[in-house]
Amino acid sequence: MPAVPSTNKDLVYISLAAAFIAVLGLIPRIDVPIAAGVPVTAQTLGVMLAGLVLGARNGALAVLLFLFVVAIGMPFLAGGRGGPGVFLGPTGGFLAGWVVGAFVTGWLASIIKWKNRFFAGLLASVIGGIPVIYAFGIPWLSFAGQIMLDKAALAAAVFIPGDILKAFAAAFAYASLPRDIGIRQP
Amino acid sequence: MIGLYHSQPTVLHRLPAGLKLSALLLAAVAFLSVSDWRIVTAAIAFAILAYLCLGWHCMRRLVMLRPLLPLFAVLGALQLWFSGFDAAALTIGRLLLMILLADLVTMSTSMQQIMDALEPLFSPMKRLGLRTERFTFSVSLVIRLVPSLLESWRRREEAWRARTGRRPSLVLIRPFLADVLRNGEHIAEALDARGFAPSGSGEGDG
Repeated sequence: MPAVPSTNKDLVYISLAAAFIAVLGLIPRIDVPIAAGVPVTAQTLGVMLAGLVLGARNGALAVLLFLFVVAIGMPFLAGGRGGPGVFLGPTGGFLAGWVVGAFVTGWLASIIKWKNRFFAGLLASVIGGIPVIYAFGIPWLSFAGQIMLDKAALAAAVFIPGDILKAFAAAFAYASLPRDIGIRQP
Repeated sequence: MIGLYHSQPTVLHRLPAGLKLSALLLAAVAFLSVSDWRIVTAAIAFAILAYLCLGWHCMRRLVMLRPLLPLFAVLGALQLWFSGFDAAALTIGRLLLMILLADLVTMSTSMQQIMDALEPLFSPMKRLGLRTERFTFSVSLVIRLVPSLLESWRRREEAWRARTGRRPSLVLIRPFLADVLRNGEHIAEALDARGFAPSGSGEGDG
């Protein structure tokens, strides 16, 4: 496998996935029934899907590209935030975790050989999209917010139900993609 | 679709982008070692004063901090409960200060300037054989694609409302994703047709 986006198709799908994540942050709140009152971003759903649809390497590249565009000042994070400040803020660790999360989701989806694509996608998204991302987000939240690790974990745990729901949505979208579009993982 | 960049020129616009970015990084490191919340508060006052001096249109940007308020409230409450007022004021103050300073840079530096300032960081990538113009192209493609994807989401959303009368739900992600991926085929074909070369295949750019 080459180390760079090798074809125009790769480049386009990576850019599309990055734009997809941006759009999920810009649309007015989608109904997420469980997490009433808690600000929930659909963007992690985009991160999971980037991994599922594009695979580990291109999925992670798409998230990196998205974060770069945010860093240079486009207001593509949920709530219209952007610029280099978002990485210094309390949720900066989660953003870094997205890159690894997309990679792990894509990698797991490629090694789970189940017949049922829904359950394979669900397992990959739950693992890649929740513990992996939190493993980066919580320590940074604890450092930037100057709170103990367990308190940071407690604060972040509020988002887990919403994240599980998003993993279901990602797996559902992935499993029911029409066969003729998108690039399949090998 | 406009970025967070403010095109109305201010004094800050004249400073080189590299200087502003390095100063921001330096401030981030420096204020991590400040442990008195009063110093941080004073710095925040100065930052807000800077916004004010730059003009009212800059001051208005501060409403963009609103989405962060719930998070600040939770962090502040946790801190207040477990470590007292000083720690809470220091933490929240530090975060607020960094966000204010970073936004000064964002506001006064166009994306092109930031890309140019970061160019030296790309040169090791170039030596590895990566073609950085493909990366730059991807960045502009993303910025170009977002409004059109947003439009395609709006169409899906409207149709959903018309059919069900309810707010859009996560179920809509599935057809939206299919729309997005269908776009990809066409764009890739258009690039191929215009001779935008995949990396490693020699000459010929679009």
